Amino acid sequence: MSRRDVGEVLLEVKDLTVDYLTLKGAVRAVDTANFTLRRGEILGVAGESGSGKSTLTTAILRLQRPPAVTAGGQVIYHHRDGAATDLVPRTDKELRSIRWDQLAIVMQSAMDALNPVKRLGEQFRDVLQLHNPKMSKDESNTRAQDLLAMSGIPRDRVNSYPHEMSGGMRQRSLISLALACDPDLVIMDEPTTAVDVVMQRTIMSQVLRLQRRLGFAIIFVTHDLSLLLELSDRLAIMYAGKIVEIGPASELYATPRHPYTAALRDSFPPLFAPLKVMSGIPGAAPDLMDLPPGCAFAPRCPRAMPICHEQEPAFIEVAPAVRAACLLNQPEVVAGQPTIGASLPVAGEAPSSDDPEEASLALDTTPRDPGGWS
Amino acid sequence: MTTAANTQPPARRRDDARDDVVLEARDVTKHFEVRSKQGTRVVRAVEGVDLQLHRGEIVAMVGESGSGKTTVARMLSLYYPVTSGEILLQGRPVKSVWGKAAKDYYAQVQLLFQDPFASLNSLKSIRHILGRAVKIHQPRLGKREVEQKVLGLLEKVALLPAEQYIDKFPHELSGGQRQRIVIARALAVEPQVMLGDEPISMLDVSIRLDVLNLLTRLRDEDGVALLYITHDIASARYIADRINVMYAGEMVEGGPSESVIHTPQHPYTRLLLDSSPNPDRGIESDQGSLFDEVGDLGEPPSLIEPPRGCRFNPRCPFAMEICTTDKPERTEVSPGHWARCHLHTVGGAEQLRAERIQFGVPVEQVEAELAAVTGDDEPHADVETSTVALESQTTDRIGGPQP
Repeated sequence: MSRRDVGEVLLEVKDLTVDYLTLKGAVRAVDTANFTLRRGEILGVAGESGSGKSTLTTAILRLQRPPAVTAGGQVIYHHRDGAATDLVPRTDKELRSIRWDQLAIVMQSAMDALNPVKRLGEQFRDVLQLHNPKMSKDESNTRAQDLLAMSGIPRDRVNSYPHEMSGGMRQRSLISLALACDPDLVIMDEPTTAVDVVMQRTIMSQVLRLQRRLGFAIIFVTHDLSLLLELSDRLAIMYAGKIVEIGPASELYATPRHPYTAALRDSFPPLFAPLKVMSGIPGAAPDLMDLPPGCAFAPRCPRAMPICHEQEPAFIEVAPAVRAACLLNQPEVVAGQPTIGASLPVAGEAPSSDDPEEASLALDTTPRDPGGWS
Repeated sequence: MTTAANTQPPARRRDDARDDVVLEARDVTKHFEVRSKQGTRVVRAVEGVDLQLHRGEIVAMVGESGSGKTTVARMLSLYYPVTSGEILLQGRPVKSVWGKAAKDYYAQVQLLFQDPFASLNSLKSIRHILGRAVKIHQPRLGKREVEQKVLGLLEKVALLPAEQYIDKFPHELSGGQRQRIVIARALAVEPQVMLGDEPISMLDVSIRLDVLNLLTRLRDEDGVALLYITHDIASARYIADRINVMYAGEMVEGGPSESVIHTPQHPYTRLLLDSSPNPDRGIESDQGSLFDEVGDLGEPPSLIEPPRGCRFNPRCPFAMEICTTDKPERTEVSPGHWARCHLHTVGGAEQLRAERIQFGVPVEQVEAELAAVTGDDEPHADVETSTVALESQTTDRIGGPQP
């Protein structure tokens, strides 16, 4: 179920593949990523470190630097007037007219992204005047103040240096900066990992408000799946460079069709629900230089079948609007395979074996306050 | 993923471990002097904190960055001298931070560091890293015995088979395995207490639970007491027997984990809980995402000139006259569960149970300010109508032009 108004297709990522060139050969950091993003949509990208989520975002914006190279695929950007551009073959000069005006990014560490020796207003002016050379100093100053006010920063902060502001304020000013040229897509790469949960909620509430008013789409990258589940319309789960499942956030939460999605979901202890003993995902993420044959998740997968170590699963539509890459969703392959554990829940059914109710060891025997606030 | 249903729930203290206080902070205060052109100023980082760690108990300390939780840990690890107050190890005040006294202290109190990539010497093998900790505290052991100890430690932290790990170097291990080495090193002296400052925050989400489970096992099997410092209240609830909440250098609430989570007695604890990500709330309930109801939740105060009275009063929706003048006393609300809030002395604590509490700047005001800037009275006027239309269109839009 969607939470937001979404429009036409904004971005089509087709078979996008990114390699890191090393002396030992190319390491595939993103392997044939495919997805579509619509105007005003929020897509969450989750995965462990090294799963390729940051590489994916820099590849979309064409911001990567050697040794990272885009080895293949397309990033088709649909302009407001209906024209479409593939960003992959564009030169830096051609990209300059698209970046920031249409595609913007909010970096993780505000302290690294802001210039420490320039007042905030000047940093806004740099961007504004580059994209609109006719803008006067006064105009740009007013615009900078407006932008700061948009993310809840007092206007007089335009004269502050980054170090004079709190971490939360710096992060908010980065968001303002990303919105300076009224982009259609804002990519946020772990924008709130450096701030605490209260500030995170303030910032994300404001981002959602701005998003409603200005209508930009968001690709939100983080390892914090629990935040993404609350925030995004759709979720993409990445593992070892591949998107292994994509679909509506509520679907992926209730009925994950890839064991990794289920495992990642169950890696977060509940805030209020009855406690039970949980275990993370056994093993560690594979070395991208030396991927196992077949499905990369198979060595850690509780439901792996012998064939999983041989055959690579196809990324196919497994339910309306949900695509996943797991052989358990391919009945013709599963037939005849000795399975360990239950198969994945079917569409529409409640999650089976990992249903928190079923396996729960209720610690708190008192029911929650009926009119409870939680 | 769930495991065998007959295992012990993670957060349950052994009942026989009640009155064994191992480490205690009594009314500790830490002030830092900051010299600048404006003269000397004092940062009141920690103010009058009481903390008790019992044998075989995990106590969590939660709070936002800058709340003083790390400073408390550093005082407990004798890294910072206290400005006032006392630290007691097994009932005896800790006086010296030097020489033999310090060594005796560290034989019982060990630290777990946050970043396993920074806290292990990358030039040394696991044998050396763990063996050194063993030798420092048990200098008479022979080579063989040290090796036996090291293998035992590796088994303790479930790096099996231990023989395969003993000659590895840190770079050959994953983040989770390194953190196990850090834990094993702390265990080398068979400590009574471990102080863990965000021991899992640098680890990948998928392996955090394993490390938390390991820590609960050490509590249950060896009776180690752990101070677990974190900003993640859900993980605190998962492993801790008690949760203490810090705000702006003061401990504002403490009690049994489930009691603190389900019946918070301080407005700040409530704010922390309301702000923590909780997919159940966003996805499974009809309330929708709580992001929509949040305006600006505010920020903690400066610790150079903290607010008078209760330090939370500028952000507190229930603030009364007395909150701006008098420091609230510690009030016991239920057995073992206390809070420092005037609502418990003046009355009105039932407001903490309200379904929704408006913290900070209300959403309407933030919307209005935003409208003033974007020049748009109605936020995206067609939202209401289009959401309805969208229900039927959902599958269509996502199934749309897929590559």
